[in-house]
Amino acid sequence: MDWFLQQLINGLALGSIYALVALGYTMVYGVLRFINFAHSDVLMLGAFSAYFLAPPLARILPASSIGSAIVIITISAAICAVIGILIEFLAYRPLRQRPKLTVLITAIGVSLFIEFTCQHKAVFGANTKPFPRLLPEGQLAFGAVSIQSNDLVVLLVTGLLLAGLWLIVQHTRTGTAMRAVSFNEKAAALMGVNIDRIISFTFGLGSALAAVAGIFYAMRSPGIDPLMGMKPGLYAFVAAVIGGIGNLPGAALGGLLLGMLETFAGGIPGLSNYRDGIAFAILILILLFKPAGLLGKAQAEKV
Amino acid sequence: MNKLRFPFLVAAVFAVSLSVIGPGCTKQSGDVIKVGEFASLTGKEATFGISSHEGTLLAVEELNAAGGVLGKKIELITEDDLSKAGEAATVVNKLIARDGVVAILGEVASSRSLEAAPICQQNKIPMISPSSTNPKVTETGDFIFRVCFTDILQGKILASFAGRTLKAKKVAIFTDVKSDYSKGLAKYFKESFTAAGGQIVTELDFNGGDKDFKGQLTAIKSASPDAIFIPGYYTDVALICIQAKQLGVTAPVFGGDGWESEDLVKIGKDAVEGTYFSTHAAADSPDPRVKNFVEVYRKRWKNQDGTPKTPDAMAMLGHDSVKILAEAMKRAGTTEGQKVRDALAATKDFEGVSGKITIDARRDATKPMVILQVKGGQFKLVETVNP
Repeated sequence: MDWFLQQLINGLALGSIYALVALGYTMVYGVLRFINFAHSDVLMLGAFSAYFLAPPLARILPASSIGSAIVIITISAAICAVIGILIEFLAYRPLRQRPKLTVLITAIGVSLFIEFTCQHKAVFGANTKPFPRLLPEGQLAFGAVSIQSNDLVVLLVTGLLLAGLWLIVQHTRTGTAMRAVSFNEKAAALMGVNIDRIISFTFGLGSALAAVAGIFYAMRSPGIDPLMGMKPGLYAFVAAVIGGIGNLPGAALGGLLLGMLETFAGGIPGLSNYRDGIAFAILILILLFKPAGLLGKAQAEKV
Repeated sequence: MNKLRFPFLVAAVFAVSLSVIGPGCTKQSGDVIKVGEFASLTGKEATFGISSHEGTLLAVEELNAAGGVLGKKIELITEDDLSKAGEAATVVNKLIARDGVVAILGEVASSRSLEAAPICQQNKIPMISPSSTNPKVTETGDFIFRVCFTDILQGKILASFAGRTLKAKKVAIFTDVKSDYSKGLAKYFKESFTAAGGQIVTELDFNGGDKDFKGQLTAIKSASPDAIFIPGYYTDVALICIQAKQLGVTAPVFGGDGWESEDLVKIGKDAVEGTYFSTHAAADSPDPRVKNFVEVYRKRWKNQDGTPKTPDAMAMLGHDSVKILAEAMKRAGTTEGQKVRDALAATKDFEGVSGKITIDARRDATKPMVILQVKGGQFKLVETVNP
């Protein structure tokens, strides 16, 4: 039982990180109908922003305190939001009227470009770097189950961000515009919605979430490198599809599901090597029986 | 996305292989001896590649300062393989085909040496791996050598260390399934440990480069082993130790020569304190040969912060690989591949920095091994084991 509870906590914390990333994939798909493969690299850039921000900030605010962590995460999210908007503006916008396949391949190109540029010695270098401690760390022990304070923070903040995102999408004018664009771009434009601005906003929002996810990912496992985004990126993409691509609660659900799956499968001797295989097998099964994903279709709104 | 890169890589390798088959294999210029080196100068195992390269370059500089080999200077041509699968084959093809090197030195990681070995064998270019320990590396063919011990021996010594020093009866093994080195070492450890009456309580896998190990570690914890064996590389090991500590795992953790890197402590910090690992040689050894090498090395190389850098085993082995090659060329009286190979195979009682090296019939070196412990962020010698 202890074993089960411990894996549940591990899985929830990992899953909520996947959920944050999956939201970015699903939002972009909602408005533009393509998969932004560079999203996983924005996650990596978020972790690196925090890596470079932490030392100078330690001179102003006490290091590994809640205050400095909030400042670092906020600035990193803002940096990544700008990067996300720039990626869309420079790489995807000129191709907006082209076939979706063109944009999709461009997205792969952007992803490779970021990964390999960052691996260059003059940028970050390919070495794994020790990620600084952002928050004071402690652990709560219940019998044999130990809960990391970091994991609690991850769960709590993810919950808050999900709620915040839901409010933005459902109860603000921008959110309404986003839903309108995803429903019918041309009609939304005729109604006076500024499409370009809404798309930029979507990219900025998704990238900011990816940055937060990247920092959380690095906090749980404090060694970062320019290829660190590939694995969570792939899992989050699968999560978004399992949940029903374009569907926000679906992405969150898919993320949690995959996080659990990875930790539980990882904890079984003999199966631990097949975690990725199991994730994709489940993806195929779900797509066979529910082609729109778990929560796709059931909710009409796509954002 | 990784998959998409593959075809390009294949195309690149193919293109380079074609140029190997074509003419222009004999581009050896008259006044220098070109020796190729491939190393992981950047990437996941960067500190290995850098240490090994610094030891190698130091040896080349020493030889050239003393007049070179066969009256010619040695020109070392170094290529970075980015610690990535596939890259090693590409750069070694380039070294042989375009640069026309007469010998290849490299790598630390067995997986990448295994990529390069068939290419060297095919072109009849002698290859010396400084520190790849997987037995399969030299089994590739008779042109492939190494100046270190193999994992068959390392597994055996670690198994007796676990039983004798750690007093462990039940051991959990956590293997990197992406690495030939890790899989081999795990296998040989398991064979020796169970043969000696020990029990393997659980075996779990990870993929090198993973960041989250908590699922596997929770399973290891619930199997309550006396000790945990992680035959991996330092980046992964550091992250594993951190997460094991978070989960409240208290069993001692130990591993092999893939651990020996300053980055183990830089990333792992207090989580790797007290862990043990086996390796080729210790810098704090009282042997005058090692003392002298450490002194010369510290004068030549600096850490990033400008302080003198203390060599590790990879640096010593890199150094020895050049010296053994030079010695073989001198005995052969030529740089011609077949003759150098024969001379290398006949190497006996060579006094290297990492110990006395004799190349055996399997083209491996039989040498003593050391076990180190992380204490106060430093690697301290615990014991020296003779084979």
